[in-house]
Amino acid sequence: MPRAATLLRLAALLLLAAFLWQPARFAPLFAPLTQYGAPAIYDQGNLLQLTLAHLSTVCLAAIASALVAVGLGILVTRERGREFLPLARALVNVGQTFPPVAVLAIAVPLVGFGEAPTLIALFAYGLLPIFENTMVGLQGCSRELLEAASGMGMDARQRLLRVELPMALPLILEGIRLSLVINIGTATIGSTVAARGLGEVIIAGLLSNNTAFIMQGGLVTGLMAILLYDAVGLLERRLCRSAHVH
Amino acid sequence: MITLESLTKRYGDATVVDAVSMTIERNTITVIVGTSGSGKSTLLRMINRLVEPSSGRVLIEGKDTRGEPAHLLRRRIGYAIQGHGLFPHRTVAENIATVPHLLDWPDERIKPRVEELLRAFELDPAAYADKYPHQLSGGQQQRVGVARALAAGPSLLLMDEPFGALDPIIRAKAQDDLLAIQRRFGTTIVLVTHDMDEAFRLGARVAVMSQGRLLQYDRPAALLTHPADPLVARMTGSADRALRLLSLTTVGDLLGAGGAAAPPAPGTPVIGSHLSLRDALSELLWSGADRAQVIGPDGAPLGTLTLAAIRAHGKAD
Repeated sequence: MPRAATLLRLAALLLLAAFLWQPARFAPLFAPLTQYGAPAIYDQGNLLQLTLAHLSTVCLAAIASALVAVGLGILVTRERGREFLPLARALVNVGQTFPPVAVLAIAVPLVGFGEAPTLIALFAYGLLPIFENTMVGLQGCSRELLEAASGMGMDARQRLLRVELPMALPLILEGIRLSLVINIGTATIGSTVAARGLGEVIIAGLLSNNTAFIMQGGLVTGLMAILLYDAVGLLERRLCRSAHVH
Repeated sequence: MITLESLTKRYGDATVVDAVSMTIERNTITVIVGTSGSGKSTLLRMINRLVEPSSGRVLIEGKDTRGEPAHLLRRRIGYAIQGHGLFPHRTVAENIATVPHLLDWPDERIKPRVEELLRAFELDPAAYADKYPHQLSGGQQQRVGVARALAAGPSLLLMDEPFGALDPIIRAKAQDDLLAIQRRFGTTIVLVTHDMDEAFRLGARVAVMSQGRLLQYDRPAALLTHPADPLVARMTGSADRALRLLSLTTVGDLLGAGGAAAPPAPGTPVIGSHLSLRDALSELLWSGADRAQVIGPDGAPLGTLTLAAIRAHGKAD
């Protein structure tokens, strides 16, 4: 990453941290966006806590998506699991094409309001990129390489753990990264069913016609998405410095 | 000793390998040669059960290879393939240590073994152990591939077109290295190739295959002088078979067999005893002489080689 870009990201991180730590200090910046003396900074909850709740919902959903999607990806690339490929594909495709809002609408009567329906919606929405990338990554292992692994006496499990997964890791991480970033934004809709998160700030802004609130919720969400995207990218490069070469 | 007993592989209606029986001698290089689609690779892979035979069996030192799980069998058998199949996400040292790791060797045993092998293949451990495969040249990758196959000291090494991806000069060097390595470790090697020159150069015994059948299995010289099948004669090349025959014997072998021992005349060319008769003939033709003085590896004169002696050796009997 070029130096200037690194500095820019560092600055964004510092700015985000400073805002979440002492939002009141930024009041003069947001004041011009308010009308009739409305509060410039969101005052119906702690912004830091809302951000952390938002982040934890997204991360929890991503972990669940990753476990299921990677598991499915492994299953359908095995000899015995090949017949499940159409089914698995259909499943994750439905997860992606079904709008998260609709998932919320269906989930609320089943599991009630709060965190749970949001987790379900994000989980379903995040499956596709991880699943597809896992599959492409695992299929990308050349026959020659797999034959060498078998020829040296690896059993199926060792071949998967020592050769196939490490080779597919960059793509799998890329899928997780994509799914995380998509869901950081998508998670804001969770606030419509009373999940704690930054959506709350945006919705409060919409209800009271307070542009400052909307901006705060949006900016924090956006900054977080960018920073998370870079952080996972950094991790990816660390972990797979060698596997990136073909 | 490895015994193949009417080994057969069928895929549906197609018989890829058709009842091949042969005995592979211990501590030698045996080459299986054939055109593509002859079933030679399938035959090789049935030895370490990468391909399970449809019928017939493989005995290694008298024991049926189906007596243990395939992956455990393969840890005792070295395996090197064309294009080396190195793991791109592992360093050279990690690649070489693959089988020792699978066998749960302790680290203090693996490290010296890896270094020993790197040195045996003329790769300085300090410079190469931590490199990744993509940082090596093709020839170096190939050497690491063979080193990896030999890491756990297998008594048997299977090689499937190991030099197929190398250019001719590196290839000749790799073949010489393999002969040296074979002498050093005494490994039994079974090598598959489509290149008849390579087969003649490396093989103590050569098996010629076509369309799944074993046409002939013999010493290289016998393939030339007594081809069992017209196809063998065609594959070994009838145009230059005299020269091929000469290339199988060294000057030293001929002299040792009482070839000639006339006193050296002044002005005769000098050749080393390690040269093949083919190279010696070329040397004589080039210098226009009809005899050459032969010296041993230590420079001591061994005798005189005459054109007539070479000519007698290259004649069909």
